Amino acid sequence: MPRREKPKLAVFKLASCDGCQLSLLDCEDELLAVAGEVEIASFLEASRAVVKGPYDLVLVEGSITTPHDAERIHQVRRAARFLVTIGACATAGGIQALRNSKDVHEFARYVYPSPQYLETLNKSTPIVDHVFVDFELRGCPVSKRQLLEVLSAFLAGRKPVVPTYSVCVECKRRGTPCVMVARGTPCLGPVTQAGCGAICPAYERGCYGCFGPMESPNTASLARTLGDHGVDAPGLVRAFRSFNAGADPFRRESEIHEQT
Amino acid sequence: MSHAPHGPRALDAEGLAALVDALVAAGYRVLGPAVKGGAIVYDEVASGKELPRGFTEDQDAGRYRLGRRDDEAFFGFAVGPTSWKRFLHPPDLLRFRASREGHGFAVEPADGAPTSLALLGVRPCDLAAIARQDRVLLGGPYADPAYAARRTEAFVVAVQCTEPGGTCFCASMGTGPRAESGFDLALTEGPASAFVVEVGSSRGAELLGRVPNRPAAADEVAAARAATDAARGKMGRTLETAGLKEALQAAAESPRWEAVAGRCLSCANCTLACPTCFCTTVEDTTDVTGGRAERWRRWDSCFSLDFSYIHGGSVRRTPSSRYRQWLTHKLASWHDQFGEPGCVGCGRCITWCPAGIDLTEEARAVARGPVPAKAARKE
Ligand code: SF4
Ligand code: SF4
Ligand code: SF4
Repeated sequence: MPRREKPKLAVFKLASCDGCQLSLLDCEDELLAVAGEVEIASFLEASRAVVKGPYDLVLVEGSITTPHDAERIHQVRRAARFLVTIGACATAGGIQALRNSKDVHEFARYVYPSPQYLETLNKSTPIVDHVFVDFELRGCPVSKRQLLEVLSAFLAGRKPVVPTYSVCVECKRRGTPCVMVARGTPCLGPVTQAGCGAICPAYERGCYGCFGPMESPNTASLARTLGDHGVDAPGLVRAFRSFNAGADPFRRESEIHEQT
Repeated sequence: MSHAPHGPRALDAEGLAALVDALVAAGYRVLGPAVKGGAIVYDEVASGKELPRGFTEDQDAGRYRLGRRDDEAFFGFAVGPTSWKRFLHPPDLLRFRASREGHGFAVEPADGAPTSLALLGVRPCDLAAIARQDRVLLGGPYADPAYAARRTEAFVVAVQCTEPGGTCFCASMGTGPRAESGFDLALTEGPASAFVVEVGSSRGAELLGRVPNRPAAADEVAAARAATDAARGKMGRTLETAGLKEALQAAAESPRWEAVAGRCLSCANCTLACPTCFCTTVEDTTDVTGGRAERWRRWDSCFSLDFSYIHGGSVRRTPSSRYRQWLTHKLASWHDQFGEPGCVGCGRCITWCPAGIDLTEEARAVARGPVPAKAARKE
């Protein structure tokens, strides 16, 4: 069934590393199919040509860390019929949310020779703290399979198949013996949302929590289990404070162990 | 079960390897023990030479450690993280593909008939687990064709248990440590990997006939039986089942459910490791062009929120309600549905729970806890 007009897709980037946008370019085989189905109206990572909004679908990568971006995201929202945030930065504040528990101005003094020219916010926050978001796609970076699923679902007008259960489900389906049970390797999988395909345990590493908290994360219980496997309080703070440090369940758990 | 067509036979290590090779030669995809990822899993066995020897493991709640034995036994371990449902009831199964054609669409069925499977090293608890799944997936008016296609022709080589693991409790559930039926061949491994073989079917006898074997001596048969009898007393766990169903069903409001929810991660490992859990979800996806669609069936779990989602929300929102669902279904309401418990005592859910939650301990605590007076009455 030929569509009358191709939907316009735009990709915007705020404070982030570009890795999630790269996942879209990384789609290689499917990229041509995507280009055939949507008009790529603005995607600076791929092309300097920019088509003005409004857009049917906007993908937003990155978190809000500056007063300028805090303004800009409202313009982006106004231009977007459907807004999807992609990646840990956009959905949880990203690794740069490490500043949230510290003094960002102190960091700035260490890094920049003239920090007085910087305009930065005290906290790195996810997009959903600023504007309404239609769908959040997790991951650091997002999985290209899930990104294509979100695009395909949008184009078909259906709900994307993006489960919110734990990484453990993917381990078990994949047939990876649990690294925590079989080796005593600390793993964040039980409190982390599936999506990566349980890559790390398949390579005998524990999960780092790239996809953020699963639907009902019992971080307190996992912290006790990690403790049994030899992770001390500073280790627990670090475990919960990485790419998704700003996600509430992880933030709260890290704060608890900071106080002990 | 009727009597085996032949008396017990005996097989040595070479005979076992030859048996595997005979199954391969007969066109079976042979699945058996393999050491992978720090555990003894079940995987494809290409030839008899590949079978691991001299491995064992140490199991406790939330803990599994692979180890070496001081002999070269083939089956010197209990059950590991894999269960046979991985092959009979696969975790990810394509049901069909569809593609647009003009104004309609065409459906291509998924993969044709799968290769016949031979399951090597099926423990008595797992034989019982397969029988549980048979009842669920084949027993009703709507048999699952995907399961039937894998199960019906599967050749089963059982291995009787002489050294139960730290989380085993088949003796409590009445499923082991010795199986009397449900296999084509059943091995009991003796000293120096001399096997006593019970023949459970004519095709078992026929296959055994293709490899070097001899009649088992009376003392070998007696020793094999004594070893499995002794295993009964070596279970790592026990569970008192008398009155358990009634006690659990009367304990819906037990405070223990909240207590265990404080530990439970809702991670779903227990259900996915369990050899009888059969629940699946269906995922429909389309490709970017909208020209092709696929329907997949995947393992699901009562620990996920989506599992009990009906319009408006999930019915079992709290972790305590999800744990209660899991435990009471296994040990109580399965009786109402299928006339037997859904647990065979394999211990996988105990070992593979990252939080180390022990189903036998929870069931005991819930059952003996404060329950309303009317519930204490037994039938
Ligand atoms: S390895 Fe980690 S993610 Fe996988 S089952 Fe174990 S705890 Fe869960
Ligand atoms: S409930 Fe646990 S012990 Fe019982 S069959 Fe399932 S995994 Fe095995
Ligand atoms: S009982 Fe254990 S394995 Fe099962 S969901 Fe809870 S924490 Fe996970």
